[in-house]
Amino acid sequence: MIQDRYQLAFKLYPYARSADQDAAQPVRHPVVIMGGGPIGVATALDLGLQGIPVVVLDDHEGIGQGSRAICFAKRCLEIADRYGAGEAMLDKGVVWNLGKVFHDDRKVFEFNLLPEDGHKFPAFINLQQPYFEKFLVDRVRQAQADGAPIELRGKNRVDSVETHDDHVVLNITTPDGPYTIEADWLIGADGASSPLRGMMGLDFDGRVFEDSFLIADIKMDNEDFPTERWFWFEPHFKSGASTLLHKQPDGVWRVDFQIGWDVDRKHELQEENVRARLDAMLPGVSYDIVWTSIYTFQCRRMKQFRHGRVIFAGDAAHQVSPFGARGANSGMQDVDNLGWKLGLVIGGKAPDALLDSYHEERAFGADENILNSTRSTDFITPKSKVSHVFRNAVLDLAEHHAFARPLVNSGRLSVPCVYDGLSLTGEDALPGGPARSRPGSPCPDAPVPDGFLLGKLGGGFTLLTLNVDAPDTLDEGGITIKRLALSDVSGRLVERYLGDAQSAVYLIRPDQHVVARWDRFDDAAVRAALRRATAKG
Amino acid sequence: MPLNTQPNLAKPDDFYAQLIATHDGLSEDESASLNARLILLLANHIGDPAVLQEALNTARAGAA
Repeated sequence: MIQDRYQLAFKLYPYARSADQDAAQPVRHPVVIMGGGPIGVATALDLGLQGIPVVVLDDHEGIGQGSRAICFAKRCLEIADRYGAGEAMLDKGVVWNLGKVFHDDRKVFEFNLLPEDGHKFPAFINLQQPYFEKFLVDRVRQAQADGAPIELRGKNRVDSVETHDDHVVLNITTPDGPYTIEADWLIGADGASSPLRGMMGLDFDGRVFEDSFLIADIKMDNEDFPTERWFWFEPHFKSGASTLLHKQPDGVWRVDFQIGWDVDRKHELQEENVRARLDAMLPGVSYDIVWTSIYTFQCRRMKQFRHGRVIFAGDAAHQVSPFGARGANSGMQDVDNLGWKLGLVIGGKAPDALLDSYHEERAFGADENILNSTRSTDFITPKSKVSHVFRNAVLDLAEHHAFARPLVNSGRLSVPCVYDGLSLTGEDALPGGPARSRPGSPCPDAPVPDGFLLGKLGGGFTLLTLNVDAPDTLDEGGITIKRLALSDVSGRLVERYLGDAQSAVYLIRPDQHVVARWDRFDDAAVRAALRRATAKG
Repeated sequence: MPLNTQPNLAKPDDFYAQLIATHDGLSEDESASLNARLILLLANHIGDPAVLQEALNTARAGAA
């Protein structure tokens, strides 16, 4: 039997018997993904849209209840847009820019994310995780209708795996009993408590933070609370050691109370006790409670994200505190990074070693996220008396002195990392070029004559030329580079791609990261950079 | 520029008296808060990360 561990917000992939269950011999699949959460489904989309057959196994029949991750960052939305799901998220999401920080009963300062213009997506949207996941599954259904070879199998629980040099065997339980399949590649996208990691006996070490947080999502019709992020340190209403108020779609607000380590979870989650905290914070306001949960967290990652034919992504590979919205957002960057590499290796166009760069680049990203998230946590929940004294000194000074405001850390909001100096990253031969688009960077978006730049980059390698001639396509070792030519560029494109240069040539990876750049087209240099970016150099 | 550990205060006795007087009438907790604010103000004024790191190391060398 398969017992549900949680209730569903959307039942999207009900159990259906697969032909594999009646096969005489275990059926072999190119890629199997464990976990139908946002990372698993996005990986399926990436591979399926490349035409690679992929099977997703999930032990439930849809998306779990609860808002959970609510802050989705620009880069994450750009990745979702590459898969064709970004616009639905933007339409539903709440866009916010203003944050206010309070200490006790005083406003210490406010910040504005100061959105730059000339991007298709804003710095952040707030959107309940079930919607984010549903838009991805909706996109899968559409892609399937167009022939993408993606299968979502609900109520398929993987109970054990056997790993071999060139494949993995998966033993699966269903409501109809067990069956076995094989996978050339297995992706572990089964979340922070990853059963797959456990089955393989792999480490997941890091730091435990001794604090609990109570989430209450409430629905209220109240114009007094604008679309802003409000964060209190040691709030006067005493409902928590810190408190966050943040708007979501459907008139729902996220309230997050820091309530200490030694708490009686059952007691704290009783409605009357949740209401007591909320009423102290929002006197005289009427609201409905939509969802409550208590969470604790750790900051940790696996030593290796790749183990032969098994590759881990998202929370299964790395876990951070929620401060800074670096969980789901970084998981989507894993998907973005892995999809094209696995596609090239499966297609025989790149060596197996290309997949080692997935670990190199994404472990680098995970370390950056863990560092930022740990620092935020240490500021929000000081763990010693002296740390508490300095934290409050910063808050006291920030109210009157500008210098102290950058020290206030209520979460450093997720930005993608730059793969500076890593194995696949090539040369920077564009004197005067902007730092933000240097090799290793994700391409900044910019307006182009009929839309936005990122939407024009396509799913393969792109040679972006600005004010300079080059061939329309280049073939190198079975990989085609397509040119995207922009001429007479001005405004944002100059600022983001030329800087002081008059012309530029960028080699851009399928995940929209810059491989290398030059001030002119040099056939041999482009080919060498492509070989490097595909682990052939 | 390295951390200056040579005499740099024109009137050391005056500064010392001012420092102590600034804490007059404060509880131990209030004094600890004042010290923290003072360190942050001075650190920002110095700014140079190498000097700050050297100061942190030198101060720490006096502790266990």
